Amino acid sequence: MRNFLPILTVVAAIVVLWYGAAVKLNSAWVYDQATRAGADVPAFSQVVSETMNQDRPVLPTPHQVVAELWKSTVGMAITSKRSLVYHGWITLSATLLGFAIGTGLGVLLAVGIIHNRAMDMSVMPWAIASQTIPILAIAPMIIVVLNSLGLQGLVPKAIISAYLSFFPVVVGMVKGLRSPDQMQLDLLKTYNASSAAAFWKLRVPSSMPYLFASLKVGIAASLVGAIVGELPTGAVAGLGARLLSGSYYGQTVQIWAALFAAAIVAAGMVIVIGMIERGTLKRMGMVR
Amino acid sequence: MIWVTVALAAWIGGWYLNIRLSHAANARTRAGQLAVPIIFGVTILILWEGLVRGLGVSPVILPPPSAVAARIASSLPTLGADFWQTAVKGALTGYVLGCGAAVLTAIAIDRSPFLQKGLLPVGNFVAALPIVGIAPIMVMWFGFDWQSKAAVVVIMVFFPMLVNTVAGLKAADAMQRDLMATYSASYGQTLTKLRLPAAMPFIFNGLKISSTLALIGAIVAEFFGSPIVGMGFRINASIGQLALDMIWAEIAVAALAGSAFYGLVALIERRMTFWHPSQRT
Repeated sequence: MRNFLPILTVVAAIVVLWYGAAVKLNSAWVYDQATRAGADVPAFSQVVSETMNQDRPVLPTPHQVVAELWKSTVGMAITSKRSLVYHGWITLSATLLGFAIGTGLGVLLAVGIIHNRAMDMSVMPWAIASQTIPILAIAPMIIVVLNSLGLQGLVPKAIISAYLSFFPVVVGMVKGLRSPDQMQLDLLKTYNASSAAAFWKLRVPSSMPYLFASLKVGIAASLVGAIVGELPTGAVAGLGARLLSGSYYGQTVQIWAALFAAAIVAAGMVIVIGMIERGTLKRMGMVR
Repeated sequence: MIWVTVALAAWIGGWYLNIRLSHAANARTRAGQLAVPIIFGVTILILWEGLVRGLGVSPVILPPPSAVAARIASSLPTLGADFWQTAVKGALTGYVLGCGAAVLTAIAIDRSPFLQKGLLPVGNFVAALPIVGIAPIMVMWFGFDWQSKAAVVVIMVFFPMLVNTVAGLKAADAMQRDLMATYSASYGQTLTKLRLPAAMPFIFNGLKISSTLALIGAIVAEFFGSPIVGMGFRINASIGQLALDMIWAEIAVAALAGSAFYGLVALIERRMTFWHPSQRT
């Protein structure tokens, strides 16, 4: 409980600041309407109340966003094209598929790298350098190229997600699989353990904390990849499409709701990975 | 067919050369560590060129590297203008503002453990969110030009930077702080003479993470609306024309800019935190 109080205070402060900013940003429109109608300059209390529930505010108030989220998740059939659950699921499925592919390939490459010196020296510098490159920029190209090859929908987005989660996992896993120190490796050698046994009994267990750390980075990157991957296809479906169509039609409330839905999905996935991490490390006796 | 054979031969030759080099006696020298990845990169380029030409892949799907290089050479002014608009005006402005604001905020909340306890989990949480999604809102608020891109970058880099700086300000250990106290150093003196220098490795870690984020933010924000110049705009517009060589040229520029930016930060880090164990060789 002692840890929650500061967090709640900060969140409350953010909400208050948000309301303040909403009043300030939206009041211009209210004054504008008043001058156009030829009315007197409205009183401040009236301005405040009118900034709270505009249709297309510059900055929607928190309760508007929450209401929109509620309306488009619970208050609507899941199959509806306006339901955020529907769009969220489309984004989430691409993210998860891509994340699974990217993580699998990343772990395989990491295993190859620690067992093959030539591969280590050729690939590793590129894997590290690739983290400094804005890879996301090629997302639209992948979508369009795969589209012209006849691939549509889930797979192109999943490929972008896979690509984005691939490199963090490779770098993290290589670090993790190398984390056992020489003494431990020597001990296994005195037991006459094969290199496969050393791999499964020593390297894999000691790489787990590193794996989970990079999984958390990877899943966040995957989600961003899936969202950006939805932009160039012209806003068909998915959270990215909601963002884009909202920005085309000036539906600010819709943008914010989609943004919060994406935030909730991201937070949910990170929390799930955190729970798996805690469970796994506990069963392996590695909880500090 | 000749192209495919040449490509495969180059691939096998390059790989064989790398195996030999990495097991040679001087593989751990600087030259060896540089040569192997370069050979690997060059073989990939040859393989790409050979396969695209040999198999007759349409340039609409994958242009060969030679076409991309020709495009870079022929449209240098365009690429330069795009680079200036996106990387310097958008990303760099936002990077400086965002990182500066984050460091100042970290110093401001440094004296209040209550605020730290509240802000850090929130900051960690926000750092994991898909903040690029804020781009359409910023484009609406600040217009199509570089200001909106800088705003997206500010928000993207703020939280990773804040979390790192706060962690860094805790890096000076109790013994060192006690020493400053016995010198009767004021809060400001302790901050500038001990704690900020001790925080430098963490701050630079944040700066390095942010340098990548900044370029991504600026490019993606341009997908939501931009003037007719900029890397994100060019990528988006070239997709419509199926001018894939132009896209690859922009990606090459982006990769170069990203690596150079990161390298610059790493170089400054090496100069400023020469005392840290990770910088000693």
